[in-house]
Amino acid sequence: MTNVMVDARSVRKRYGSNEVLKGISLTVEQGEVLCIIGPSGSGKSTFLRCLNHLESINGGRIIVNGELMGYRQVGNVLHEMKPSEIARQRQSIGMVFQRFNLFPHMTALQNVIEAPIGVSKVSAAEAKKLGQELLAQVGLAEKADHYPSQLSGGQQQRVAIARALAMKPTLMLFDEPTSALDPELVGDVLDVMKGLAKAGMTMIVVTHEMGFAREVADKVVFIDKGQIVEMGTPKEVLDKPQEARTKAFLNKVL
Amino acid sequence: MAEEEFNSDDVVAVPLRHPWRWVFGGVASALLLGFIWAIYSAKSIQHEIVVQFMLDPRILEGMFVTLWVTVVCMFIATVLATILAIMKLSENPLQRWLATGFIEFFRGTPLLLQIVFWGYLGIIFPNLFVGIPFTDIIFFSGQTSQLIPAIMAGIIALSLNEAAYSAEIVRAGILAVDSGQVEAAKSLGMSGGYTMRRIVLPQAMRVIIPPMGNEFIGMLKNTSLLQVIAVAELYTQASTISSANLAQIELLMVSGFWYLVMTTVLGFPQRALERKYGKGFAVVGARSEGRAFKVGKR
Repeated sequence: MTNVMVDARSVRKRYGSNEVLKGISLTVEQGEVLCIIGPSGSGKSTFLRCLNHLESINGGRIIVNGELMGYRQVGNVLHEMKPSEIARQRQSIGMVFQRFNLFPHMTALQNVIEAPIGVSKVSAAEAKKLGQELLAQVGLAEKADHYPSQLSGGQQQRVAIARALAMKPTLMLFDEPTSALDPELVGDVLDVMKGLAKAGMTMIVVTHEMGFAREVADKVVFIDKGQIVEMGTPKEVLDKPQEARTKAFLNKVL
Repeated sequence: MAEEEFNSDDVVAVPLRHPWRWVFGGVASALLLGFIWAIYSAKSIQHEIVVQFMLDPRILEGMFVTLWVTVVCMFIATVLATILAIMKLSENPLQRWLATGFIEFFRGTPLLLQIVFWGYLGIIFPNLFVGIPFTDIIFFSGQTSQLIPAIMAGIIALSLNEAAYSAEIVRAGILAVDSGQVEAAKSLGMSGGYTMRRIVLPQAMRVIIPPMGNEFIGMLKNTSLLQVIAVAELYTQASTISSANLAQIELLMVSGFWYLVMTTVLGFPQRALERKYGKGFAVVGARSEGRAFKVGKR
């Protein structure tokens, strides 16, 4: 029996009259890596941000870890939860951003231990030990006392991954984690992500790195204009695309 | 080709020279010296009185009142300003309107008027009491003039007025923090209040402190307005003395000197705070560059 981690059903999202998600349905099983590809403006990042309720949704529903995300269902209506309840739900979902969003006034280690101490109420000593381990895991043990401004983009992104992992999430969301990096720094970040995937972390990755998708993903989804155009194994979607739109997109990026 | 062949090992690069700085410096020094001389040689100023009252106990007492009233007012104002700024940025329209109304009211009327108003509160409401409206239940009551003495009225007036101004400074500081910071905090499961306290405000401080330093200095000087409700701060003490010995200019010089000393000294903690909250941020505008004068060969 498989264990469904993320179950999104006909997720809809509008900004004013502009519908950016027109009914996205997909599932991700525990330990799976899902890569979302698609042209810019296709809604892939918006969908990812709906998964941890950084964006509210206008229709459909998202179930993470068996819990309805951000809403409580009464009859046919989804009522938005209180911020404190949403905050609790987000604790088990890690997120990594395109522009890192490290806290600039804290050192790398302080970035990593802030949420465990302040949110999960882990003791400072325990958090520090965990923080050092996580920084070592992403290859930055010796950078613990550096401020983000003293780190390269690739190092910052790896600290950001360690920071997300410190909350011991069961699901990790990556929003174009290498798009803001110099080409020679992309590899280090992807290596950390590959290590995570190998260790069995459930991951959803919005990316333009087709090589990474081919090597690591269990499933690839191509989204265009707010809809899923094609979904399948990397081989199916990237090597033998069926849809004309997928082919056109892949021709441009490969 | 007229261009000279030269050995590039001998070439030395020299930064831009600023000869006009020396000229301006000279002119400015001359004017300043002239001004000091004019004051020093003025027959109408009795210099021995300036010296005599410089360390007068009443003057020192007034300084002490000025200082603690300034600190207390700035503390209250900063707390209120932060609350007002957060209210003004709230999604709740009622909170936004309340904060905007407060700010408009206290910025829109003269500070002097507000001070006098609070000073006269005892005339408008001779008695103050805490109880449940429309019933006879009263927990606590007393005479306004006793509950709110002049100094308290002054502190209320200065704090509320300052809060209105500082609220906009705090709001600007909060708005200067990248929205990605809040998203990152949210994604880690932090609550709104925690995010504000640990992530947003510490970063906003960097932007808030320089203008707040200004406000602090402004507050220190504005305490002199409390003379109109007879609070015994520095300016009141000086003018009380001068109304007895008729040495108005001399005592203005005494109080002016001490105001200048206090505002100058306040700059030190500001710099320390700027360093504290500047941690982790690259410094823009390096200090070693742009010295006014360079003396020496290169």
